[in-house]
Amino acid sequence: MKEEVRLMKGNEAIAHAAIRYGCDGYFGYPITPQSEVLETLEELMPWETTGMVVLQAESEVAAINMVYGGAATGKAVMTSSSSPGVSLKQEGISYIAAASLPALILNVMRGGPGLGTIQPSQADYFQATKGGGHGDYHLIVLAPSTVQEMVDFVGLGFDLAFKYTNPAMILADGIVGQMMEKVVLPEQRPRRTEEEIRKQCPWAADGRKDGRKRNVITSLELESARMEVINHQLQARYREIEKNETRWEEIDVEGADYLIVAFGSIARICTKAKELAAEKGIKVGIIRPITLWPFPTEAIAKAAEGKKGILCVELNAGQMIEDVRLAVHDNLPVKHFGRLGGIIPSPDEVVEALEEKLIK
Amino acid sequence: MEITDIIREENKVYCTPELLDQVHMHYCPGCSHGVIHKLLAEVIAELGITDKTIGVSPVGCAVFAYNYIDVDWIEAAHGRAPAVATAASRLWNDNVVFTYQGDGDMSAIGTAESIHAANRGENIVMVFVNNAIYGMTGGQMAPTTLVGQKTATTPYGRRVDLNGHPLEITNLMAILDGTCYVTRQAVHTPAAVRKTKAALKKAFENAMAKKGTSVVEVVATCNSGWKMSPEKSNEWMAQNMFEKYPLGDLKNE
Repeated sequence: MKEEVRLMKGNEAIAHAAIRYGCDGYFGYPITPQSEVLETLEELMPWETTGMVVLQAESEVAAINMVYGGAATGKAVMTSSSSPGVSLKQEGISYIAAASLPALILNVMRGGPGLGTIQPSQADYFQATKGGGHGDYHLIVLAPSTVQEMVDFVGLGFDLAFKYTNPAMILADGIVGQMMEKVVLPEQRPRRTEEEIRKQCPWAADGRKDGRKRNVITSLELESARMEVINHQLQARYREIEKNETRWEEIDVEGADYLIVAFGSIARICTKAKELAAEKGIKVGIIRPITLWPFPTEAIAKAAEGKKGILCVELNAGQMIEDVRLAVHDNLPVKHFGRLGGIIPSPDEVVEALEEKLIK
Repeated sequence: MEITDIIREENKVYCTPELLDQVHMHYCPGCSHGVIHKLLAEVIAELGITDKTIGVSPVGCAVFAYNYIDVDWIEAAHGRAPAVATAASRLWNDNVVFTYQGDGDMSAIGTAESIHAANRGENIVMVFVNNAIYGMTGGQMAPTTLVGQKTATTPYGRRVDLNGHPLEITNLMAILDGTCYVTRQAVHTPAAVRKTKAALKKAFENAMAKKGTSVVEVVATCNSGWKMSPEKSNEWMAQNMFEKYPLGDLKNE
């Protein structure tokens, strides 16, 4: 398949991207607002073309454990779900992280808590960036703001997951999942051959070929002294990821009086708000964290120098704001504006919030 | 005749299987797991699939199975072994994948994964060790605990009105269209051990031939959990468990 320009939903784009980036297996369970991922994959029948396995599991719990099993054999595997389903996956995600396996997980967030609503939300920020499951671990968390980034982050997510043998998560929201946009689908990347997988993943439990020592994928270590060493190794990897992989976008930060920090599709609403504010003579710059973990702490600290205040705009009750405040040590006012329950704010509301909370 | 005249290669009738590591097992003396491990090690070597076999070990006493049998292993979360095995099997078509699950894994926390993997007819072997108790956590009730049986959480004996009935999950597996071979065996006598080995071999051959899911239940003892000597445990099992869990093939297609 050659590079192709198409108009499609974010969720559909994820399915196309999975095939085109050479994903070996997708395991999922339907939940709104992301069921189009599985539906599109079933419609495209990649097992007939690239040989990719697609399976509708009996539950989110089974799906994430299929991902664990596939990743344990060195294959490039993924799952997708939405907030309540991602909660169910947390045990499996903790095991994947603890066993140092590469895998990709997509969360198209909807409003919670509980069964909540099927409308968009960003209320799983804490869950995605602070652990979610049990134990000290981190996912590499990518926050797409466009359908194009949904596509691009499938490739980036797999690349980072394999580079660091660490699970990666695309933390999208119902807006970018359901929205249709023009998108450039990449040229088909061939799936790795079994020989290439064995070379790339000498740790994989894929059959003890050529008399090699057996490979065991486990997260269990009852000897505390050894378990501490494993934890230190994980932490060393997280520091390495923080050093190399922090990503963010800056829009007109220099010369601005105020900063807006927002991620995902909300950052695009804030871009319009920035224009409306400029008409009122208020100079606003935007920082959009692309990796939510590792968080662009230093970039925000640097951008905040000389500013009068920061507004964190999130579709939640104030989650990322904690990381922003840690970044700037409360050296300037940091306020939160968010809508809850699946409501999406207009750019006017963002400007009003900025004036109300920071300027008046 | 000297002893060295007898200990000769040509006189050897028994040896440790090459795939069974020469290490101390963590299992209690008298536990059935050791025998079942030995049989698996023998069957895998005899079928010549050492380089194709992936074992999935559960949470439970057999969590450390990967320390004993010399094939690749994936340790699964409690109850999730069949889901893990599903992916490993589908993504590596030439490989032979088996799960090793206890009664908690198979018939309590992992009921959904076990039933659905079998119903999809995944080309895997599910070894189900049923000792009617939770050994690893200190002898609590299992779904397969017999009525009247005393455990740490049924100290006065299992009561149907409080705890429900013993679950015959293997019977359930046998009615699913995805299973090709469902059998219940034991390892309490040399004859039973031989039958269990034959059952395991057939199950692995089915997986190699992509015939669907094979389930081999092994009714087993947990002498520490049952608070009996190994010998007494075998007697108790034969007298009490075989009535509820009768040995033999439930399905053989």
